[in-house]
Parts: sequence; structure tokens; C-alpha cells
Amino acid sequence: MIDFVVLALLTIITASTPLVFAAIGEIVVEKAGVLNLGVEGMMIVGAIGAFAVAVTTGDPTLAILAGAASGLVLAFIFGFLTLYLLSNQVATGLALTLFGIGFSALLGNGFVGQTYGGLPHLDIPILSDLPFVGQLIFGQDVLVYLSVFSALGVTWFLGRTRWGLAVRAVGENHDAAHSIGFSVTLIRMGAVLFGGAMAGLGGAYLSLAHTPLWVENMTAGRGWIALALVVFASWKPWRAFFGAYLFGGITIVQLHAQGFGVDVPSQILSMLPYLATIVVLVLISRDGSRARLNAPACLGRSFHASG
Amino acid sequence: MLIRLEPRAEASRAMVYQSPLIAVVLTLIAGMIMFRILGTDPLQAVHAFFIEPISTVQGLAELLIKATPLILIGVGLALGFQANIWNIGAEGQLTLGAIFGGIVALAFFDVESIFLLPAMLIAGIVGGMLWAAVPAFLKTRYNTNEILTSLMLVYVSFLLLSYLITGPLRDPDGFNFPESRLFHDSALLPIILEGTRLHLGFLVALLFAVLAWLMIVKHIIGFQIKVIGMAPAAASFAGFKEKKLVWLTLLISGGAAGLAGAIEVSGPIGQVIPVVSPGYGFTAIIVAFLGRLHPIGVVLAGILMALTYLGGDSAQITMNLPNAVTGVFQGMLLFFLLASDVLIRYRIKLGAPRVREVTQRQEGVT
Repeated sequence: MIDFVVLALLTIITASTPLVFAAIGEIVVEKAGVLNLGVEGMMIVGAIGAFAVAVTTGDPTLAILAGAASGLVLAFIFGFLTLYLLSNQVATGLALTLFGIGFSALLGNGFVGQTYGGLPHLDIPILSDLPFVGQLIFGQDVLVYLSVFSALGVTWFLGRTRWGLAVRAVGENHDAAHSIGFSVTLIRMGAVLFGGAMAGLGGAYLSLAHTPLWVENMTAGRGWIALALVVFASWKPWRAFFGAYLFGGITIVQLHAQGFGVDVPSQILSMLPYLATIVVLVLISRDGSRARLNAPACLGRSFHASG
Repeated sequence: MLIRLEPRAEASRAMVYQSPLIAVVLTLIAGMIMFRILGTDPLQAVHAFFIEPISTVQGLAELLIKATPLILIGVGLALGFQANIWNIGAEGQLTLGAIFGGIVALAFFDVESIFLLPAMLIAGIVGGMLWAAVPAFLKTRYNTNEILTSLMLVYVSFLLLSYLITGPLRDPDGFNFPESRLFHDSALLPIILEGTRLHLGFLVALLFAVLAWLMIVKHIIGFQIKVIGMAPAAASFAGFKEKKLVWLTLLISGGAAGLAGAIEVSGPIGQVIPVVSPGYGFTAIIVAFLGRLHPIGVVLAGILMALTYLGGDSAQITMNLPNAVTGVFQGMLLFFLLASDVLIRYRIKLGAPRVREVTQRQEGVT
């Protein structure tokens, strides 16, 4: 029984980590007042970028960096279009997702069917062999630790640093932030790039650790679920972290339900994460005034210095 | 030298129509660079991609077949986009339309009646509307973001189709292949051009575009949609019912996508299969923007985007290029379009702003 619980918890961590990265990254983007709906596209390009480098070089560090860089490049396209050419953020985000899915399929064409050994796990002599907690706490790969650290880091950055304050300022009132001398465009660009790198890391985790191979469309809507998590979390990093684990848990229930002899077709069970997303969104947005209170006031609005 | 954007006094009408052309040209240039990087001769690749597929009558017919769902869905989506209602789950509504239409065809498998085909198409519309009614209900009742709910339902619809096609709808004599039986002739759309596969669905799509155009130009609903998109506050002062428009635009776009799904299974496919669309519901988003959210523009844009599908197949066969090139082209086109659209409201100026301009602007503010 203990073994089963450990196994289930391990799979929950695996299923949740990509969502943590993508959601925490998007929180910073949206806190800066930018709505980037291209998370799915940045994730999938991060996934193939990381996988391609992993298979070619065999170096996990390079692969992780490549994942982050791939997401960053896509985010730069988005940032350039929305911040400098003032294009509609909703439409540009959709374009980023459509482009990312096509572009990743093109890049991944030569990598279909190849496999990668997976990321190395932490192995501390005594600690990692402890019963129960050993594997869970001291036996993860570097990206899992990084995802926890990112929740901590972003909470600290947004709440406790001068630049975090600047990010929140341009998200709440870009005209006021501009008038006291902040460069709205540059700060937003920084946030967008950070969000892209994080989504890329989420994708990298998928193709390096979750299922270490390349399949077209392998993100399967996780980028969109991450966007829903941001709303669910009321733009708070820690709530997004636990939200991601809640979703990871739902995914696992679905995987294990059949093991327990639940007689429901697998496809119906696979609908659970998507249906749960809808339910969660309804619960959180039911109280309209509260949702509006939490959302950054300038979310989705373009800024041009001439007004 | 400094490049900067200067707001125009009023939006440029001319740029609204020039911007898609600029985007197409830029996409072609970027595409040729991409082909070069992929290690093929750019001119030859562009020929294989854009000219070869439509150099025969069959090719042109295939173009219009692929354009049919894009036009139907694009016209529907454009209505909602004008009112800032973002139904991006058309792919799911299309899938439901295919399921509903397919169920009717299979339930009356032995029936030979002229009513079968209309019943299938209506079932498809109902299926798409039902799927779009979920985000409409959640948005109007609980204020839930329709982008995320409509998109989540896309994945649910894929799984639903996958379940049905491996279970209840599977061909009993099909050796367990996940496919339905082939529809009888009375469940298939009539061919309108001898010697090709071009079916009646294309005319249905054109008819729908004309009806939508009439609604936008002549009917009060069309006016309300435009006002809500441009000035939501003005619309609410004028007493327009926003909830009604949310329902209306989502039901119309969902119904149109469902109809497209039913047309796909009763037209080019002829049975229910696990994947009924190569992403028409998502590509139609690009079609709507490229067509300037105008029904007639959407028809032209739909035909152009259909060419990227044919081109992808053709380039795969003749040049051995990966089929995914299609998606890259479509994404690039939308990027360039959105980028060129900046010229509608701004003009590009070189050099720093002149002093007079700046003072004028400041005087304007005070």
C-alpha cells in the first residue's frame, strides 16, 4: 500500500510540474498587464527544442536550456507584435499557439520515434533511500526542484522587490507607471520573455521527463489549463502551485481508476482534467466582482506613449 | 535613425484592405527563406506549394472542398470576434457536428430518403450549437471566460469521438478498425461538378456567407454586434442586451461549425473516422481575421487558406517536405497580418518627433 501511495504521489509530481512552470510564468506576464494566450505554443516548442538537443547532444543541462530558449524566442515574437506593433493580444496569442504547434511539428519531423533516457534524478546516499520521503523529496530531477523554487522566487520577486513592484505597477496602471519614469514596454517585454522561458521549461519537462519522447501535439492542452490555473489562483504564485498539483492529482485519479476496476471507458476518464478545468473556472468566476478585483487592471490593454 | 509609430488622426480604410496583401507577400518571402533553410530550391518549393495543386480542374475542386468548412466556420467566428466574443472552440463544435450528423446517417443506415441528408445537416447544426451553448451559458450565467471553456471542450469532443468510434459507432464488419460503416448514397452530398469531388456543401457555405453579410449590413443585430465590439459602454447605454448577443454569436458560430462537421462526413469523408478535421476550426480563426471579419472577405480568405492545406500535401509528395509546413505558413500569415494591421491606426515615421508636433500634441492635451 505504501508503495502504491509513493508511486501515485510520484506520478502526481510528474503530471503537475509542467503546469507549475507554465502557470507561474504566465502569472508574471499577466501581472505586467499582458495576456499571452500562446502558452500552449511556447510549451510545445520548448518540448521539441529540449528533446532535439537532448537526443543530439545527450546533455540534460543543454537540453533544459534549449527548452527555455525555445519558449523565449516565441515569446519574443509575441512581445514584439503586441508591445511594439500594438497588435491585439488575444489574436496574437492565438497566432502564437497555432504557429507553435505547426513549427514544433516541422522541427520534430526528424525526431519522431526516437527516445531519450530521461533526466537524471537526485541521489543523496542516505536521504534518497529513506522509506516514503526518500524518493519523494530527495529523489526528484532538477526541474521538479526548479519548479518549487520558481514558485518561491516569483512570490518573493513580485511581493518584495523593487522590480516586482514595477511589474505590478505597469500591470495595474500603465499610464501612471509611465509618468513616473518606468519604461512600460521594456518591463512588459521582460515579463513576456520570462513567461516564455517558463513555458518552455514546462514543455521541456514534458519531453525530457514526463514522457521522454517526441509526439506531435504532446502538450495536449496543458498550456490552456495553465492559463485557467492563473485565473483559478487569482494571480498568486502559491495558489497556482497548489492548483497545478490539484490538476496533477485529477490526471492520476484518471490513470489509476481503471487499475481499480472502475468500468468506465478510458476516453471518458481522460476528459476529467478538461472538465475539471471548466468546473474550476466556473467556481472562481461565479463571483464576478471578486474576479475583477484580483485581475491586473490593465490586463490585455496595449500601451503607446502618445496615448 | 529612429523608427517610431505615430497615431493617425483616423483609422485608415485603405490599410484595412491592403494589410492582408502585405501579409501575404511577407509570408511568401518568409516562406521562401524557410524553404531555403530546409534545403530545397525556394522557387521550386513555392511552385509545388501554391501553383501545382491548383493547376488542374480536380485541384481547383479540391481547393473549394477544403475552403468549404473554413468559410462556414470563419464567417460564424467573424460575427463573434466583431463583438469581442472569442469562440475558439470551433474545432470541437465541428467534431460534434460530425458526430451528430454521423449518428443520423448510421441510425437510418438502410433508409433511402431525400430527407436523410437534410436531417444529417440539421443534426450537425444542433450538435455544434449544443457544444457552443455550454460556453454561452457559462459566460452569461457565471461570467466564465469563453476562450478557455470553449477550448477545453475541443479536447472533450475529440475524446468523445474517439470513444464512440471505438464503441457504438464502429463498423460491425470492420475487423475492429476504428471506423464507421461507409454511408449510403442517400447520406452523401451530391456532386456539383462532374469528374471531381466538389459537392453541394460549397454552395451552402457561400449561401451562409451571403446571409451573414445581409445580417450585418441590413439587420439591427449586425449593428448591435459592431457597437458592442467597438464601444461596449455605448452599447449598454443604448440598451443592447449583451447576453443576448453572446448567446446569438456563439450559437451561430457553433451551429456553422457543426454544419461544417456534418458536411465533412457526408461529403469528402463519407463515414465517421477518428479524426474528421485537420484543424479547420483553428485555421478558421486565421481566416476570420484575414477576411477582415467580413463575410465576403472570409470567403476569399477561406479559399487562400485552403491552398495552404493543398500546398502542404503537394509539397510532401513532390518535394518530400514535411506536411507540418502548412501549419507554419498559417501561423506566419497571421503574425504578418497582425503586424501589418498596426498601419491601420498608426503610420511609420523616421527620425525623432519634431518640436512643433510635440508642442501641438501637448496643447491638445491641456
